[in-house]
Amino acid sequence: MHTAAQELEFETVVGLEVHVELGTRSKIFCGCSTAPGAEPNTQTCPVCLGYPGVLPVLNEQALAYAIRAALALNCEIARFSKFDRKQYFYPDLPKGYQISQYDQPLAHSGWVEIEVGGETRRIGIVRVHLEEDAGKLLHAGGVVDSGASYVDFNRCGVPLIEIVSAPDIRSPEEARAYLEKLRAIMIYTGVSEARLEMGQMRADVNISVRPVGSTAFGTRTELKNLSSFRAVMRGIEYEARRQWEVIRAGGEVVQETRHFDEERGITLSLRGKEEAHDYRYFPEPDLPPVVLTDEQIEKIRAGLPELPDARKARYVTEYGLSAYDAGLIVRDKAVADFFEESVRQYAKGPAGAKTLANWVINELQRILADRGLELGQTPLTPAHLVGMLKLIDEGTISGKIGKEVFEAMVETGQEAAAIVKERGLVQVTDEAELAAIARQVIEANPKVVEDWRKGKAAAAQFLVGQVMKATRGRANPQLAGRLVRAALAEVTGVTNE
Amino acid sequence: MSATTRLSAARLNRLFLAGELSATEIVDAFLSRIGQVEPQVRAFITVTAAEARERAQRLDSRRKADGRDLGPLAGVPVAVKDNIVTQGIPTTCGSRILEGFVPPYDATVISRLQGAGAILIGKTNMDEFAMGSSTENSGFFPTRNPWDLERVPGGSSGGSAAAVAADECAVALGSDTGGSIRQPAAFCGVVGLKPTYGAVSRFGLVAFASSLDQIGPIAHDVADAALLFSVIAGHDRRDSTSAPNADRVAQFQPGPDTSLAGVRVGVPREFFAAGLDDGVRRAVEAAIQHLGSLGAEVREVSLPHVEYALDAYYVIAPAEASSNLARYDGVRYGYRSPGAESLLDMYLRTRRDGFGPEVKRRIMIGTYALSAGYYDAYYKKAQQVRTLVVRDFQQAFAEVDVLATPTTPTPAFRIGEKTDDPLAMYLADVYTIPVNLAGLPALSLPCGRVDGLPVGLQLIGRHFEEPLLFRVAHAFEKTTTHGQARPPLDG
Ligand SMILES: [Zn+2]
Repeated sequence: MHTAAQELEFETVVGLEVHVELGTRSKIFCGCSTAPGAEPNTQTCPVCLGYPGVLPVLNEQALAYAIRAALALNCEIARFSKFDRKQYFYPDLPKGYQISQYDQPLAHSGWVEIEVGGETRRIGIVRVHLEEDAGKLLHAGGVVDSGASYVDFNRCGVPLIEIVSAPDIRSPEEARAYLEKLRAIMIYTGVSEARLEMGQMRADVNISVRPVGSTAFGTRTELKNLSSFRAVMRGIEYEARRQWEVIRAGGEVVQETRHFDEERGITLSLRGKEEAHDYRYFPEPDLPPVVLTDEQIEKIRAGLPELPDARKARYVTEYGLSAYDAGLIVRDKAVADFFEESVRQYAKGPAGAKTLANWVINELQRILADRGLELGQTPLTPAHLVGMLKLIDEGTISGKIGKEVFEAMVETGQEAAAIVKERGLVQVTDEAELAAIARQVIEANPKVVEDWRKGKAAAAQFLVGQVMKATRGRANPQLAGRLVRAALAEVTGVTNE
Repeated sequence: MSATTRLSAARLNRLFLAGELSATEIVDAFLSRIGQVEPQVRAFITVTAAEARERAQRLDSRRKADGRDLGPLAGVPVAVKDNIVTQGIPTTCGSRILEGFVPPYDATVISRLQGAGAILIGKTNMDEFAMGSSTENSGFFPTRNPWDLERVPGGSSGGSAAAVAADECAVALGSDTGGSIRQPAAFCGVVGLKPTYGAVSRFGLVAFASSLDQIGPIAHDVADAALLFSVIAGHDRRDSTSAPNADRVAQFQPGPDTSLAGVRVGVPREFFAAGLDDGVRRAVEAAIQHLGSLGAEVREVSLPHVEYALDAYYVIAPAEASSNLARYDGVRYGYRSPGAESLLDMYLRTRRDGFGPEVKRRIMIGTYALSAGYYDAYYKKAQQVRTLVVRDFQQAFAEVDVLATPTTPTPAFRIGEKTDDPLAMYLADVYTIPVNLAGLPALSLPCGRVDGLPVGLQLIGRHFEEPLLFRVAHAFEKTTTHGQARPPLDG
């Protein structure tokens, strides 16, 4: 084991190369559908299968999406960029090369801001470029002892952007915050659903370590194709520690590509620098360069929606939310949209917005996280939440019952009023009924009553809790408190405040 | 031999539309001609007799039904080089590696031919993947020159040129990457056009070197070449390098006027230096003089960098070819070597057994030229040379309207004469290659004979100025007899 002090001597340096699948209906160089979940090889044509004689034609929508994403990442858009061929043999690469952008990418020199531990940091974006995805190999049996391999070319030609960060990331937490920010930006701009579980966003991670205070970079290794935030964090954690161990033991880190074994939580050498591919890039002769005018770029810029950072700032100034709370809400565009629509329907200004923010953060996001759901996968609408808040405001239900109602709404999609009625959750405000219950509770808890008599005011709280329990939470808490105290005073002759 | 097979495409079309010759009669005449001479010439890899007869019958019924919009090539048998894909008809590219490949789609030029009523009569032999200058590099068999069966027809569109010369089809399509239409046209005594890059869609042309390849017509006379070109040229959104203005170059109507007054003809001195056969030189110089006699202003120009064009070409073309041919890996279509024990083994065996020696040679050269550490010295340097060649032409075309040169340094050489010396073979395209590097249009037409073998005159024009090339060539053709000669085939 290493002590914290020893670890402080080193700094982890991380750069990420993130592939994001663009949400176009058709592929980047042909008209084939990109809809997920199709039977293998049903979404292919001679073009994406690399048949003899066929030629690629750039999907204008893919280009527009890539520009939009790059602008949202604060990049400079190149007025002149071009496609290149990246060449290697693999059965899932039908042409024997991948059409990508190499020395003249679509966009460069951008940045995003992340917040970790209350500190805001700017992470540089070196470049954003367009490329096509490859297919997928399916092995009958295990990878090693498989008797046959099958290729599914459905993914071939699915449009991707690759977003290359500067080596500005210093910890697994920052890497996660960066990836979450990228994902939010992709979703906000509508260029991708960025679903990690569907491979719509995947990361290659470059990791090196160096003594704190040093500005030179150490030798880096690369982890390929990580498809979850958790894997990225664990991969960085393990790999930085491994490199540090190597250096501490007097060894040298070898530049290589490593595989992160998620099951074992370790990284393994995949191939060394000396085995690195020579991709023999050269300009793609079948596609003319991409030449963009200022007008084209400005038109796309003008169409950019409000991005998460801007929305967060607006929540702080417009609704008086804390930056932290606003940040929690804008992280998920669907949740933020839900929040804003709720604010509009609730129509109670900043005070109402704060109430809604609490419900969204403490209840909605908790329930979604617990159940591993996206907001869109539930029947919940802003009208549900607002309807329920009105019941609380009217005193029909207590806030505590509200939580139960809210959960039921998420599950069933029923209106709050219907749930309250069906489950008999209307708040008990009948004085006589509650007074009777208060007396029963007092009789059943002589020891607590004795505490009260001795001057312990908190004893009343316990008894109020018992009243709530007896009414299954439906008692109006204020009324219950008043009636319990009155009954105690009556029984003991003592008034505690 | 039937007189029908000696008619021009334009004439066949007119006779068919007028009801004087049925398409079936036309097809039968050409099929019988093929039956007669093909054993000697061997121009075809596939003769599509059944399909041609069926199409002829349909054309005949359509003509009888209403007779309208049958198209400018209706009833005309066309042969197509076997690197142009044809739906339902095997496309081999002259290579064993495409064994069994039957494309499920048509090249754009094929759709255009069909739209114009043409009848595909067969797929012609070629140097494997269009790499070669003699059609001896075919993966199947060599084609012979109809003028002398001991000689090569040129390459790589040797099959198409020989088929036209031997009257096995009225017109044909070839492809030209470094001279592969013009050189065999010159060797076989027919007219061949390498169009402006981007004038004809490459969709469906099996790629050799994408930045140089272009499909073009081969015909007996200039009017037929212009007619076929007008059908295949034009913008195609399936080819991103297809020129948006390609539609406007297609029109040329041959008229009676043979005056070349006002046309400035440049003679690049570098094309008449060492290596040029004396007989070819005399024929070409006489042809240029003849252009002058028609009123053209002839002047000498210089293209100082063309001497490096061949070297640049033999870096760029193999580089692109090494990439374009990577897809033949045995995974999806064509030949797959049996008995491979691993993935790498399958790749290696498939490509070892499927590709011929010239293709392998160029793949290796191209792979080397693109490798890390060599890219700058070879590929990048070659692209710089290419730029210089383009500038040479731009400067020349500031002074003249068209350039006149020999198409080839020698007439057709003997079969086997250069097969062991690739570098000597490469020189056969020395006058045609600079044109491809610059993307210009160029036409070769017969301008004489040496020892009974045809000699070609090459006319090079500005981008999209095919109509001027046709005009000059047509004037030459009308006022000379070189183009009327037919090979002494069936004696
Ligand atoms: Zn496709």
